[in-house]
Amino acid sequence: MPTISVYKKDLFKALNRENYTDEEFDALCFDFGIEVDEDTTEEALKTNTEPELKLEIGANRYDLLCIEGIAQSLNEYLGNSSAPDYKLLKPTTKLIVEQSTEQIRPIAAAAILRDIKFTQKSYESFIALQDKLHSNICRNRSLVAMGTHNLDSIKGPFYYRALPKNDFKFVPLNQTKEMTGGEIVDFYNTPEQKSNLGRFTHIIQDSPVYPVIFDSEDTVCSLPPLINSEHSKISVDTKNVFIEITAIDKTKAEIVLNQLVAMFSRYCAEPFSIEPVEIVSEHNGQSRLTPNVSLRSMEVSKTYVNDALGLNLTTDEMSAELKKMSLRATQSSKSEDILDVQIPITRPDVLHPCDIMEDVGVGYGFNKVPKDGKLSNSSFIATPLPVNKISDIFREASAQSGWVEVLPLTLCSHDENFKFLRQKDNGDKVVELANPKTAEYQVVRTTLLPGILKTVKENRKHTLPIRVFETGDVVFKNLEMERKAYNERHWGAIYVGKTSSFEIIQGLLGKIMQTFRTEWIADFGKASSGRGFWIEADPENTTYFPGRGAKVIFRNKEGAEPVVVGEIGALHPEVMNNFAIPHAASYVELNVELFL
Amino acid sequence: MSSESFQLQILNDLNSLNIIESTKLQYPNVSSQDVIANLNSLVSYDKIKYDTLESIYYDITDEGKDILKKGSYELRLIQLLSAIGSLSLKDKNFKTEDMSANEIKLGQAKAFRNGWITKTGEGNLVIKDGAEVSQLPDVTKQQLELIEKNQLETIDNKTIQDLKKRKLILQKKTVSYKVTKGADFSVDLIKPETEITSDMITSGSYKDLKFKPLNFNSQGVLPESGALHPLNKIKQEFRQIFFNMGFTEMPSNQYVESSFWNFDALYVPQQHPARDLQDTFYLKNPLTSDLPEDKQYIENIKAVHEQGAFDSIGYRYNWKEDEAKKLVLRTHTTSISAAMLHKLAQDQKPARLFSIERVFRNEAVDATHLAEFHQVEGVLADYDITLGSLIKFMEDFFSKMGVENLKFKPTYNPYTEPSMEIFSWHEGLKKWVEIGNSGMFRPEMLESMGLPRGLKVLGWGLSLERPTMIKYKVQNIRELLGHKVSLDFIEKNPAARLDEDLYE
Repeated sequence: MPTISVYKKDLFKALNRENYTDEEFDALCFDFGIEVDEDTTEEALKTNTEPELKLEIGANRYDLLCIEGIAQSLNEYLGNSSAPDYKLLKPTTKLIVEQSTEQIRPIAAAAILRDIKFTQKSYESFIALQDKLHSNICRNRSLVAMGTHNLDSIKGPFYYRALPKNDFKFVPLNQTKEMTGGEIVDFYNTPEQKSNLGRFTHIIQDSPVYPVIFDSEDTVCSLPPLINSEHSKISVDTKNVFIEITAIDKTKAEIVLNQLVAMFSRYCAEPFSIEPVEIVSEHNGQSRLTPNVSLRSMEVSKTYVNDALGLNLTTDEMSAELKKMSLRATQSSKSEDILDVQIPITRPDVLHPCDIMEDVGVGYGFNKVPKDGKLSNSSFIATPLPVNKISDIFREASAQSGWVEVLPLTLCSHDENFKFLRQKDNGDKVVELANPKTAEYQVVRTTLLPGILKTVKENRKHTLPIRVFETGDVVFKNLEMERKAYNERHWGAIYVGKTSSFEIIQGLLGKIMQTFRTEWIADFGKASSGRGFWIEADPENTTYFPGRGAKVIFRNKEGAEPVVVGEIGALHPEVMNNFAIPHAASYVELNVELFL
Repeated sequence: MSSESFQLQILNDLNSLNIIESTKLQYPNVSSQDVIANLNSLVSYDKIKYDTLESIYYDITDEGKDILKKGSYELRLIQLLSAIGSLSLKDKNFKTEDMSANEIKLGQAKAFRNGWITKTGEGNLVIKDGAEVSQLPDVTKQQLELIEKNQLETIDNKTIQDLKKRKLILQKKTVSYKVTKGADFSVDLIKPETEITSDMITSGSYKDLKFKPLNFNSQGVLPESGALHPLNKIKQEFRQIFFNMGFTEMPSNQYVESSFWNFDALYVPQQHPARDLQDTFYLKNPLTSDLPEDKQYIENIKAVHEQGAFDSIGYRYNWKEDEAKKLVLRTHTTSISAAMLHKLAQDQKPARLFSIERVFRNEAVDATHLAEFHQVEGVLADYDITLGSLIKFMEDFFSKMGVENLKFKPTYNPYTEPSMEIFSWHEGLKKWVEIGNSGMFRPEMLESMGLPRGLKVLGWGLSLERPTMIKYKVQNIRELLGHKVSLDFIEKNPAARLDEDLYE
């Protein structure tokens, strides 16, 4: 969820109530659905700065990304004001989109804020809103990018074209030297700029053509999505603002343009009036006038809303709740049950009647809706997941035998899962991560052993012997399945001491087997043909000391084919050294699912 | 002397004296270790009681003994000066047969302070006018004489400290004991029994024996035992609550998930920040999944994202199958809930499902964030549910863990509408704290699966770690989940009991 900072005093003033107590304002935000994350009043006193509120807002409410929008919405919610009517003036210029832009960013839109009067604070808010939009809905400028210019320094009509990187040059914003497109990208790729505008160069740098906006005199206005030109730079004193949008996603481009003009046209000579720009884009059928500020209509059934909320509101009551949420509702002529809801450009989050239903709920108050909602009386038979039930038997039997349960992570390094265990990766079973932030998370474990050994390492100063176990999932690749991998529940237990004491872990295995009605069968399974288990040497398993590793074999019932259910042995000293454990150990691991 | 005979001697002495005022005086030749060992042995049978007496005394060092014999350096310096007249300060190594250079130096300092000597213009030391050599008192020597005679009460503490600092005396401590009769005093050494034995029971000998009372002011010997992990104990409590309310456990043992089930099925658009590489673990091997076999479902999902369907206007972007096929480690267990709800569309009846399982986020690890944690998730499908049903149900659910007094805050979640964060009043922090998230799944999600419009589905979730950290007072999540846990912590942790003051 995005967080935005607003000056506390300014917001309270805009809400016409400068004496809000913290509790009152918190309660207002709570009911409306935003959260006061931080109040800097105390710090501000020390640093002699203006107190700010950091507000956390819903990720789909782009209209709340600046103080103008928050004040507007809260005022409507409080009944202090109504949603503004946005009007279009007569267009005076065009933005001509050339076909070359299809290769890189095909969508463009534009608008003009005429005779605007910024204050220092509203100007800063205007810049900050662009940043917030860029990092949220625009997905760091990859989907949409916006540029704002001093219209009085450039001259329409404007041209949006894409051309090879060295076929144009200009002085980028806040720089002094004229550079070609290629030089500009190189400049922003330098280490000093990498964490700043350098974050966006990847969007265009490998393209054969770069997108550029020119004015009618071939002056470069911007190289979207990277940088505007110094020439058309805006300032707090700018009177007429030209906004251009370039995008690969038209829906989002229009949402972004709409939020900018909806929020800042209030500062124009004629408030909430916007001068549109004619977009000429014949090649892809996108010629149109932007922005489109007309209201959107949606029909919603009153019965649906009332049933969902457990209410019984009349048309007027429902309209009153919706008015608090910037939506205008009137009775439809089609049916007594239908409301016509008009949705302003500030509310692109409304996709479905359920969003309108929720707004009625927020307007009414979630904490006021009747709680007598009836739930089905069907008797539900609760059942545990079978594999979890089996796991619990393993867990309880292990703890009763004196072992301590641990819960290591399932992600580990490739070495921990293979090399440190003296195992080779045949490439047939382990799932590998593509983008871990933490270097040691490379694979999803295929055995519980690395996590158990890491836990022992962290506890190597604990009194010996250390006896720990885990019941948890490992993951194996299987290309036959829809998700190409599956979990398998395992149980692993270790004995760590001055001696490897294989017979102790062997005894635990016997104890666990007992709980599953599985007796040990002598002579490697030959002493009986019934249900039971035995162990057989496994010289292939190099995790264990030579001659001290074995397979655990399980025969489910009389006459059944015996299956390998796990492994047991004295761990190889190299394994102990690889995990920096200065003790000897024996270990057993079983596939729990074979006991289902 | 053997222990036994010494103990008998103590008892006999005590019998005749009634009180042994000081073992040091009574038994000057027995080492204090032997004394205390035998006293303790007698005390354990209540034969005697004792008090510890500590006293301080001082040993005179070799240097102090020298002063006792020859007089202090300052006085000897005066005698020297009165014999030779004056002493040049420049000659630092000047010494006599009687006094070393160092002794002369120490004497000078003290004699200056006493005002006995002075310095001439030429830098020579002379006896100050008016000082009567024969009458000057040798204070240091007198003090040492008092200490030698152990007349400590006549010397003030400052003098003692000064002498200690001048290394003329050494502080020593003696320990002695004052012994009195105990409750079971007698002059024999018949010791009461410590244990009731099986032999005593079969022979009946216990009837004639004396038994030592148990020391109840003690902890006992804790048993060696195994233990279950606290996080799993809390998980078990939650599972019980779900089972009690008729919920069936979902097959959430599937960490690798397709983007389809993890995101697209939940109506999370393909450009949503949650799908960012910054937040989600993508797989490089294997790389892509298949899509579910239900072709109508895929078409519905494409339509509802792309141009809208089921009364929704949709997100209006090009939905790509390739994006939906990218494999991830699931970021929530809701991916499994989605698959279960898709199944429910075949048999459309009320259902109650839950899971408590591991989820993965590509987070930088710190005290409150791990790349893996557990999500507690409940799903309730029913006809004619209202928002009030959800609220009421949440109140019932949380009351089972002793959490009352809930408040609901509107929030945003791509797959639920309405969405509500659940807050409870925290008495300690004196504020409302978020304890979970809930909502009604969006029609775009449910109707795409083929579920009927009237069947509403509630979902809610919380992390398992947070209530566990509160319950067990763990500050750092890495000390709870993962290999950095302390085994001592697991071994000693108490029962979970969610109903007991969880959020207070």
